[in-house]
Formats: sequence, C-alpha cells, structure tokens
Amino acid sequence: MVATGSEATIKNVGDTADAFRPRGYGFSMATVAPASAPLSAVPDALGRFGRFGGRYVPETLSAALDQLEQAYDEAMADPSFHAELDSLLAAFVGRPTPLLFARRLTALAGGAQIYFKREDLSHTGAHKINNTLGQGLLALRMGKRRIIAETGAGQHGVATATACARFGLDCVVYMGSEDVRRQAPNVRNMRFMGAEVRPVETGSRTLRDAINEAMRDWMGSVETTHYIIGSVVGPHPFPRIVRDFQSVIGRETVEQCRRQLGRLPDTVVACVGGGSNAAGMFYPFVDHADVRLVGVEAGGRSGQPGDHAASLSYGSPGILHGSLSYVLQNDDGQTADVHSVSAGLDYPGVGPEHSYWRDAGRVSYTSVTDAAALDAFDTVARQEGILPALETSHALAWTVEEAARRPADEIIVICLSGRGDKDAAEIARLRGLSADGQQATS
Amino acid sequence: MSRTAFPHADSGVARIAARFAANAAAGRKAVAPFVTAGDPDTATTADVLAAIDRAGATLIELGVPYSDPIADGAVIQASYVRALAQGMSLDRLFAMVKDVTGRITTPVLAMVSYSIIYRRGIDRFVTESLAAGLAGFVVPDLPIEESDDLAAACEAAGLALVRLVTPTTPPERAEQIARRSTGFLYCVSVAGVTGARTSLPDGLVERVAWLRTKASVPILVGFGISTPEQARAVAAVADGVIVGSALVRRLAEAAPPQRADSASPPGQVVAAIEQHVQDLVKAVETSAK
Repeated sequence: MVATGSEATIKNVGDTADAFRPRGYGFSMATVAPASAPLSAVPDALGRFGRFGGRYVPETLSAALDQLEQAYDEAMADPSFHAELDSLLAAFVGRPTPLLFARRLTALAGGAQIYFKREDLSHTGAHKINNTLGQGLLALRMGKRRIIAETGAGQHGVATATACARFGLDCVVYMGSEDVRRQAPNVRNMRFMGAEVRPVETGSRTLRDAINEAMRDWMGSVETTHYIIGSVVGPHPFPRIVRDFQSVIGRETVEQCRRQLGRLPDTVVACVGGGSNAAGMFYPFVDHADVRLVGVEAGGRSGQPGDHAASLSYGSPGILHGSLSYVLQNDDGQTADVHSVSAGLDYPGVGPEHSYWRDAGRVSYTSVTDAAALDAFDTVARQEGILPALETSHALAWTVEEAARRPADEIIVICLSGRGDKDAAEIARLRGLSADGQQATS
Repeated sequence: MSRTAFPHADSGVARIAARFAANAAAGRKAVAPFVTAGDPDTATTADVLAAIDRAGATLIELGVPYSDPIADGAVIQASYVRALAQGMSLDRLFAMVKDVTGRITTPVLAMVSYSIIYRRGIDRFVTESLAAGLAGFVVPDLPIEESDDLAAACEAAGLALVRLVTPTTPPERAEQIARRSTGFLYCVSVAGVTGARTSLPDGLVERVAWLRTKASVPILVGFGISTPEQARAVAAVADGVIVGSALVRRLAEAAPPQRADSASPPGQVVAAIEQHVQDLVKAVETSAK
C-alpha cells in the first residue's frame, strides 16, 4: 500500500480524505495553497493555470461569469449540493463506474497490465454526464431555466439534454452540421429528450463553430440562460468547474487502484480533445509524481497543418474561446482548420490546465492517427467485447503499443471515456461496410 | 520598441479628442462608422475609408477580420469570412491603413480581437499600428481584468484603448471601465451580438445619462443602430453613434470584381456607403440643436 499519512494536510489534492469517504463524490476546494504549492493548487482567483487560462470574453458575459463563480463557490460550501449531486451520480449515472482488467487485450499486447476505467458504463454512455448534472444543479441554484450547450460528438449534447429532462429545464444544443451528419444517433436521442438541436452551418461546421454559436446565443440570453460548456475550455471559471465535476473519475480510480490492486498505477492514459475526461482522470493524480500521465491527441491523417487536431503536440500559446492555451492557429492568430476522424477530438484548442501540465512537464502529450484509432476500435471490440468511442480509441491505440513495451508487473489505467455505438455507422462507412456490417461487394 | 514621448498633438488620443472638440464647437454629434478591412477586397476598403472621411464621419472603426468572433452577429461574421477568403492579413491591413491614413483626416481605430493582438505580440502590434497611423483600438473580448499590458503599451504609444460597457455591466464595474477608457467610452446598447435592430432598448437614455456622470471621455453608443432616425434619437443623449452591420450589409452586395454574378459593382457600393454616412451625419447634426 502507498502511504497516506501526509494527505490530511493537503486540502486541495483530489485524493484527500474525500476520496476515502464511503461514497466519495464530493469535492475539496482549492482555496488555500500550501507554502510550496502543489501542481493541483490552480487556478488562481483570475482563473490562471500558470500563465494559461484567464477570461477573454466580451463585457456582456463578465457579470454572468462572476455570478457563476459565486454560485459555484457557494454550492461547493453547501453540503446539500454535494448530497444531491452524489445521489444523482449514484442512482442516475450509476457511479462508481468499475475498474476492469482487460485480460485479453493485455495478453495480446504481451506486456504491462491494462485496466479500463469504465466511463462508457455511465448513463448516456460517456463521462460527459458528470459535468452536465453538476452544472444543471448550478443553473437551478442561479434560477436560470434555459440551458444552451455545444456538442461535437454529440455526447455532451446528449448528456446536457438528459440533465435538462431530469431537471425540467429548456435545452438548446448547437452542433456543427458536419457533426450532425457524423453523429446522427446522438442527434435523434437529444430530440427524443426534448432538446432543440440547432445545426451550425458556419466555418468548418464542427465543434469550434458550435462553441462560437453557443457563445453568441449566450451574449443575448445571458440573464436567463446558463451555458453548460462541455469541456475544460472557455473562460474562467468553466475550466475549473468542469475539471472539478469530472474529477470524480480520477478520485474513484485512485480508490479502486488502492483497493483492487494494492497500489497506484504506473501510467494513466486518456484521450484529449478539449480535455475533460483527461482532466478529470489526471487531476487527482497530478500530485502523485510517481504516476506517469499521458494524454493522447488526434493525429488525424498526418502531422501537416490541417490534417490533425493535436493542439498540445503542434500548437502554440494563443487565445481561443475565452482562454489562453495551446491553439492551432496561423501567424496572424486566425484559428487553423483541423481534422480528426473523431468528432469529439476535432477541435483546434485545448483546456488551459492541460497547457499548464504540458509546460510543467507533468503530463506527456502525444498523438495517434485516424487509422491507428480505427484499428484500436476493431481490436478492443474483438478482444474485450467493448465498442469504444472513436475518441477513446485514440488512447487505446497508444495504450496497446505502450503496454507491449513495458514489463508485465507494470499497470496502465486508461480512461475508457465513452462507448462507440454513436460511431458504429460512421466506422462502417469509413470501412466500406454495408449498414449491417458486411463487407460490401463491389 | 521605440516610442516617442506622448501625449503630443499628433498622438492617436489627441487626434480623437480634437475631433470631439471640433464637434462640440460646431454643435455636432459624432458618427463612427464600422467597416471590415478587406471586404470585399483591400482596394475597396481603402476607397470606403476615403468615402467615409468625405462624408464627414468623426471617427472610423476598422474591423480586423477574425476567424472566431464571438461578439459579432451573422452580418459582421460573414464579412470577416469574406475578407479572410480574399487573403486579408495583418501585413496587408497595416499597409493599406498606412496608405489611407496619409490621405484622410478622420482618425481610424482598429476593432480587433485580443486573440490577434496576443498572437502578434502586444508591443509589435502596437508599434505596427502606430506606424500605420491608427489612432487606437477597440478590443471587444478584452475585459478590464486582462487589459493591463495592452493598456500600458497603448498609453506609452499615445493610442486610445476604448472600453465597452454593456447593459449587463454592474454599476461599480461600469464606473471602473468608464474611468479607464481612453479616446471615448463605447456604450453597448443591448445585451447581445452586433447587428441591426428595429428599435432602441428601454433604459438606454437613463444608462447613458448615468455613465456621463462617471466618464471623462465622450460616450458613443453602438450595437443595433442602423437608421438615421435611430442615430438621431441616440445622439440626443450620447456624444454620438457607432454604425456597423448596416454598412457591412451594403459591402456584402459588392462581390469580388471577378464574380460575374456580383449584385452591385464596388464603385456603386462605395457611393452608397458615402451617402448612408452623410445621412447619419446630417441626422445627428439636427439632434444636437
């Protein structure tokens, strides 16, 4: 067992006493940084993660972001908020999600042991629901009855529509028309739950444009509407709020590793688009310096500009959607076109805390191509009986390769962030298969 | 970077102040038209700036095209897309502005996203703007909390950094913003994105009157103002108006010259914009009396 004696004094570390409560879904607040501040003691009062983050938004939104920050601080200090969220996470989402040994995948790789943190078993099929329930409760506290959201893969849109149906809130989801095409099942499911899906026809018709449209809606509706942003991106306090709500993933993983494996893993892996499942997985581990953390970005077709969506691997610091972070942009500051086979990773920016972790050397970021991700989807489907989301398949591809390079006594935990049902039709299309998965005859 | 000691008579801030002083002496209110740089192309923008100058505008706001403008409505966003598709870049923009500001007297301010300024580097962006003859900046996505570095660079260069207050800005915050604004204070008429609207919002008159007790610079009202009638009504309480989307919509009619289906040739559109600005100038002249 890893010693835990010193943890009671570190109030802002994810796996403090909170993680060892019988149902540890609550949060500890990052308020007072110890003398030598650990990496987890961010953001500061201005929303800075080191040099990254901040709040670069039109003045119209400033008051709403202040209001949100205040509502969030009050909610964090209110035991009834935690009780309500914990109860929803348990009975509505089905938490804690299991930690599963991937026996046949491990055997196939022939090296380190691979474990799946099963966020795909969450209600709605991905981690996104952890955040939308939390923010939905915040909207209720603020008296805002209308919710807007953006979505790429549709998982955040579905999770938002779900929370809104549960809470009786009006819901409008902005989604790039290219993503509407790629993720039709999720669009249908959002509509089933009463959400209005507004296809976005501007720009690249993907996630970035959906965020632009959601922000524009919010500019004109901010007094009655809450914007549930779906990742650890955007202006302060969104990156902090989303990270905190998603950190339940990492806190459970820490506890499960200790209980099931008797120790913390050697490596923790997650895919990174905006970076919410990765932030939630990594945050409770960042102060455990001996756990290696690896984020896997979308390498697309190649490393050429426009062929990928790997902001941390190929980008440079810039401002997009209200915060300073690594961004894919040209020399004039215009956002670059990006590509990924996965709609959820098809984004030219990334959450500011990931930029902070990157520059601090705490998390390594790498990228995996479309082709490797599609292969990993096939492999995991056949070896483990799980259809992973295409986003997750990027992290799986890296994990299988890495496991083969590591000794058998090492442990790799991957955040299996979502299920792949939404991608099945698109994968069949890309593979040249018929709708029922047969090899099409030419 | 090399900076001259400011403020002196030729600084951006001084040139803007002189325009408002001249208005006051003549009993006029200000008209500050907005157009996008490079829409439909760089040469037409240069012609449009000259036309706005001839029409008697007080200031010009020149929109720097940005790929992801979240404060702008559909009209200006589409105009940015057109300009970028035509190959507008910062280098071309500064070169065009330098050429035009040498020929016109109306001060030109850049309406520019902080994303673009940050990428260029604050010092370099300010130096290049100064060299091009710009008088200042309106940075719609830079709240006061994040603005110290740019404000210091602008002050050293004698350039105006125009701040915005909106209907959602709480009074104490509005007071801080008003105090820190240089050149003028931009009073956003509505909570929302840019774009023409048919009626003026309730409470605008009271808000401007209150702001006047807090601001030491002139107050211009923008967002949603398109017609001479609206301009007259707003100018009755404010120091002037900013008109954007209504003019940009006219530019949308001037398709690139190589397009055969272009609705109106650029020359006609330039003339129409000159007439529109003249009408606005005339409307606010009446309102000052």
